[in-house]
Amino acid sequence: MYFGLPDEAVALREGLREVLATACTPATIRGAWDGDVCESLWKELGSFGVAGILVPEDRGGLGLDELSFVAACEQAGYAGVPGPFVETLVSLPELDLPLDGSARVAIKRDGATPYAGTATHVFATRTWSLIHPPHVDALETVDRSRQLGFVTGPSTELRTPQRQGLVERRGALGTAAFLLGLARRQVDLTVAYTRQRTQFGVPIGSFQAVKHALVDAVVGTQFAWPAVLQAAAHDPRDVHASIRSSAAKAMASDAAYQVSRVCLQAHGAIGYTVEYDLHLFAKRTWALANDWGTAEQHRAVVARHLRSEG
Amino acid sequence: MYLTESESEQAFRAEARDWLRANVPLGLPSGDTADGFALHLDWEKKLYDARWAVVSWPQAYGGRGASVWEWLAFEEEYYAAGGPQRVTQNGIFLLAPTLFGFGTQEQQDTLLPRMASAQDLWCQGWSEPGAGSDLAALTSRADKVDGGWRINGQKTWTTRGAFCTHLFGLFRTDSASERHHGLTYLLVALDTPGVTVRGFARLDGDEGFAEVFFEDAFVPDSAVLGGVGTGWNVAMATAGSERGLTLRSPGRYTATVERLRTVSGIDEDRLAQAWMDAEAYRLFTLQQVSNEQAGRGRAGESSLNKLFWSELDIRLHELALDALGADAELESPWSKGFQFALAGPIYAGTNEVQRNIVAERLLGLPRK
Repeated sequence: MYFGLPDEAVALREGLREVLATACTPATIRGAWDGDVCESLWKELGSFGVAGILVPEDRGGLGLDELSFVAACEQAGYAGVPGPFVETLVSLPELDLPLDGSARVAIKRDGATPYAGTATHVFATRTWSLIHPPHVDALETVDRSRQLGFVTGPSTELRTPQRQGLVERRGALGTAAFLLGLARRQVDLTVAYTRQRTQFGVPIGSFQAVKHALVDAVVGTQFAWPAVLQAAAHDPRDVHASIRSSAAKAMASDAAYQVSRVCLQAHGAIGYTVEYDLHLFAKRTWALANDWGTAEQHRAVVARHLRSEG
Repeated sequence: MYLTESESEQAFRAEARDWLRANVPLGLPSGDTADGFALHLDWEKKLYDARWAVVSWPQAYGGRGASVWEWLAFEEEYYAAGGPQRVTQNGIFLLAPTLFGFGTQEQQDTLLPRMASAQDLWCQGWSEPGAGSDLAALTSRADKVDGGWRINGQKTWTTRGAFCTHLFGLFRTDSASERHHGLTYLLVALDTPGVTVRGFARLDGDEGFAEVFFEDAFVPDSAVLGGVGTGWNVAMATAGSERGLTLRSPGRYTATVERLRTVSGIDEDRLAQAWMDAEAYRLFTLQQVSNEQAGRGRAGESSLNKLFWSELDIRLHELALDALGADAELESPWSKGFQFALAGPIYAGTNEVQRNIVAERLLGLPRK
């Protein structure tokens, strides 16, 4: 028995870590806030093959499993990759689009579409059709890299099997992993800052009030990750697969949100500025905690399952 | 991956399940009272006779040489079948791993079989009136005399001390030493002349605590576990077992959630959270064991583990009590379990100490 990321997923994550260390810096995210669609970042992601993680090898993808997928999403979250990262990865297996990073796919349900302003294509999953090129009626968002908007445009009905359930499940799961990556980044920023920031003659990270709050938040993320792993390891044909991914998303949403609260508090006033990088990761966390289903909505899925099981 | 048990693991689980379902005594009184303790000993002896008392130990000492995966499966089945608390736990789960790690062959051969068969019942002698979270402040001392050591001092908050036969504990053997230096881990029979045990009631009313007084009590040289003066390191090995999974396996919490599901009027949203949390603890444990077996264990992991299970246990019982409403104040397994759960964040190193450990060793925050 073994429970953890397989070597293949670890190798992918380590490779992606190296790519993103230079291709996706806080300056990259700030560029996205100013309207840059980050084509060079997406080209790097494309040439690394990450766009096609879930696409079968005979269609030019990497043909990897969901464990590699969540490993990549967590690492992308750590870097705060702007644009529809999770959405593109879960859409490309369903679509006939290039895997070289030139296709950035947003997902449209009812209402406004996240990342509409940066997407080359919009996948309307309810009607199983593809909108290209999208015309976007943009909205102002708290995290400006999110670029929500109402989408219209030429729409083509897809002939591929309609797998809305799979896309929804993978989207929630990938977002859960992305959230835990965002949380890990915020904790790293906070540890680094509270080690060097001195007040009352000592580093503020030596105060138990800071340590204990941070540890309690970290406990949440540490116990959410195995739930993500198990959801990713689950056989997709299993009827309980969506229960597992709901559990993962509920736990990751709550845990990452709590981390964002505590990390902001531990920084004090410097964290409450736009010059400092923390807010780039905190604001994405707030958005993603509720995107792809809130914690409460996903707990309701689990509750329904427990009730029906008797 | 990964969560698939091998055929032999499945067979082990099935055998454990069948035996436990046929033999587990339901409705035993608390093992933390004199009468209850005796009934629990009968159960422990039955477990031993069927070789289920210490499944992970070698066969020579009464075990089955089970792997850690098999042990986890046994624990799940034990609590799923409604198995009672293990009154032998401080010996078999805390002292035994230390004996396997630090004991001489003779100590292992003498002590382990008697521990497995519940002939010797061990309690833990760490805390003193002036040394709780700050264990290194302990002052009970053992002075070298011909052929052994003479012990003076006091231990307290010793769980089930009034019902046990032996105590393992830390004593200062170098009178010039300070803090965690100059300590020695000693194994003491409680019927030794000069040892007095006084039981007293815990918060839940059971006589589950004791204070132990030592007045010139003599123990032989063979009572030293590990080297003289190395007691702190030996004790920390026990503390790791206590905080981590050997004391509180996930099966306890998944079984509690299954019992919660039968309570009427329970809040469904909180029940879903409870189910997810118990599952998360089970999965975290599987990940932890996998990492350790691959040589990738992390500093502070057993403290993370302790923080989670101790807080989880309280939440699970709060959920039940809220569903019971006004009846929650009645004596019941839930109200009893709630009071016991409240001890979780205190024993085995308070959660405040655990948070310091995680902050400093896992996150890298400064001590000062």
